[in-house]
Amino acid sequence: MASPETKPATAGARYSAAGAVARLLGRFSSARRKYGLEWWILIAGAAVILFSIYLAAFPATIARYDPLDQEAGPQMSAPSRAHPMGTDNLSRDVLSRMIHGSRTILGVAFAAAILSSLIGIPLGLLSGFVGGALDRVLSLVMDSIYSFPGLILAIAFAAMLGPGVVNITLSVAVIYIPTYFRLVRGQTLSIKEELYVEAARAIGAPRRTILGRYIFPNVIATVVVVFSLNIADAIMTEAALSYIGLGLPAGIPDWGMDLSMGKKFLPSGVWWMITFPGAMISLLALGFTMLGEGLSEILNPRLLEK
Amino acid sequence: MLRRPDELKNLLRYALTRILLTIPMLWVLLTLVFVVLRVMPGDPVSAMIGGHAPERVIEEQKEKLGLNRPILVQYFAYLGDLARLDLGNSMIYNQKVSQPLLEKLPATLELTIVGMGFTMLIGIPLGAYAASRRRTGRDFGIRLFGNVAYCIPVFWMGLMLQLVFGIWLNLLPIAGRTGPRVYASEFQKTGFYLLDTLIAGQWASFGDVAVHLLLPSLTLGIVLSGIFIRLTRANMLDTLKADYVLAARARGIPERRVVYGHALKNAFIPVLTMLGLQFAALLAGAILTETTFSWPGMGRLLVERIYLRDYPTIQGVIVMFAFFVSIVSLIVDLTYAVIDPRVRY
Repeated sequence: MASPETKPATAGARYSAAGAVARLLGRFSSARRKYGLEWWILIAGAAVILFSIYLAAFPATIARYDPLDQEAGPQMSAPSRAHPMGTDNLSRDVLSRMIHGSRTILGVAFAAAILSSLIGIPLGLLSGFVGGALDRVLSLVMDSIYSFPGLILAIAFAAMLGPGVVNITLSVAVIYIPTYFRLVRGQTLSIKEELYVEAARAIGAPRRTILGRYIFPNVIATVVVVFSLNIADAIMTEAALSYIGLGLPAGIPDWGMDLSMGKKFLPSGVWWMITFPGAMISLLALGFTMLGEGLSEILNPRLLEK
Repeated sequence: MLRRPDELKNLLRYALTRILLTIPMLWVLLTLVFVVLRVMPGDPVSAMIGGHAPERVIEEQKEKLGLNRPILVQYFAYLGDLARLDLGNSMIYNQKVSQPLLEKLPATLELTIVGMGFTMLIGIPLGAYAASRRRTGRDFGIRLFGNVAYCIPVFWMGLMLQLVFGIWLNLLPIAGRTGPRVYASEFQKTGFYLLDTLIAGQWASFGDVAVHLLLPSLTLGIVLSGIFIRLTRANMLDTLKADYVLAARARGIPERRVVYGHALKNAFIPVLTMLGLQFAALLAGAILTETTFSWPGMGRLLVERIYLRDYPTIQGVIVMFAFFVSIVSLIVDLTYAVIDPRVRY
């Protein structure tokens, strides 16, 4: 990759990236002084996310039991010292299942968000930049998908593809492509008219450079916010799919699946089998939402005037 | 509103354009459904019969369902059938797909409409109140509630409400549309049980139906209220800054009337649009709520038939949802045009 021709470009990118980071940090520190609340929302969200990433990265070192161990304790016992979140109908330790399950849901949500942004962002850039018939067709398709209830689309995909980590990731990813497309297309349309883009065009910059070096970096700031909110949504979609029973094969610990299992024993008052998985899903989704909210208020200070 | 004849002409022109625009949108959605269910890997027949069936049996079934025709032929046959409102026959039961759909649709609509009512009842007043107390503890508390509500999966909210009100307090039923001693056949006409029991004048049954509807619709209402709190608050903050609000305050009109009379009325239009956009979310929420509360609606039908791999019915349910979403967004846009003349031009 390190051919002599690409070197100056990389150096330039590094320079502008460093500048962008410095600007961002400057904004953050001034935001912390000016807007205490938003800052703390951001920090709280980030803390939740980091904690869950820690759980997902090293589940075996934290959890006391194997999440699939059917002899971890007595059957369906209420929370106790040995099992802080109780045990389920197969005598598995609920806490250990929660810790190991974080890996599944985080993995699927992250992968799905990355996948849909990888498809949605380039399409949005292209559609907004090129315009014309391509833009009209792409917009019609994306708007139609966007208007349709995402979960139902994901259910249809998951039902056709069958269970499995890759399949559920694809099913979740497909419904968020229009989100990125619409955002990036709108941004591209307005940035395209900016003076500096016209200047670049005037000095004869090729279209690819204009798109890659002038428009894309300015679009990406808003994408960060949406990405975080998107993960929150993807978490809930993943949980919903596996709650319905379309998610993952039985051997993988998964919060949504645990919830649907707990639902069966709810009438006999087994509260711990539904309380903890649901609380974990909500907490994780809340973490990403708070991060996104905090970022959006700090990155777009104009909104703060409200 | 409408004052001059040419305004009416404008409105009609707008309505016509908007109706024509619905057609390509619907077409894209229907094509998408076709691609997902027919073109993507995994074919219904082998899935239903199982991998061990002899090739001949699979081919026969495919022949019967027309699945071995060229994909384009299938596509046009599919569109043609839909144009004639024919959704085909179930692969599992000896029934037309439209039969269970029409049976279950009222249950879902009843749940959705009452849920929407709760959403607005919770979301709009809280949002308006938060805006009027901007940057105070109460404002922060309401916003926090809104954000948390938004992040709670609707099925978990349902389960927790079942646990508290159904199991611990033993106050409300947690499953179905009617209790054990209430027979729907005695009053069923439209399928909207609240309405049916009223028409039949059976007050005891009406109470029973209402009690069964309470938890599921409240579940939907609470979870979706988050978005409405946020939107109402944001719009109220804008309208509270407007000159006419200042003027109203200057005239000494009580603050309460300024906030809830003058400002809220004007903040309402964007909320209405949101209502249309949220209809899709509401339908998605209804599927999960139905699964949680054993509510015999479209969502439960969809999930049931997925387990049975009854592809024509699955397709029918999804097509029905597509129709609904398109029509609701059309209605919302038209209402919007009637209320706000600027949209028409």
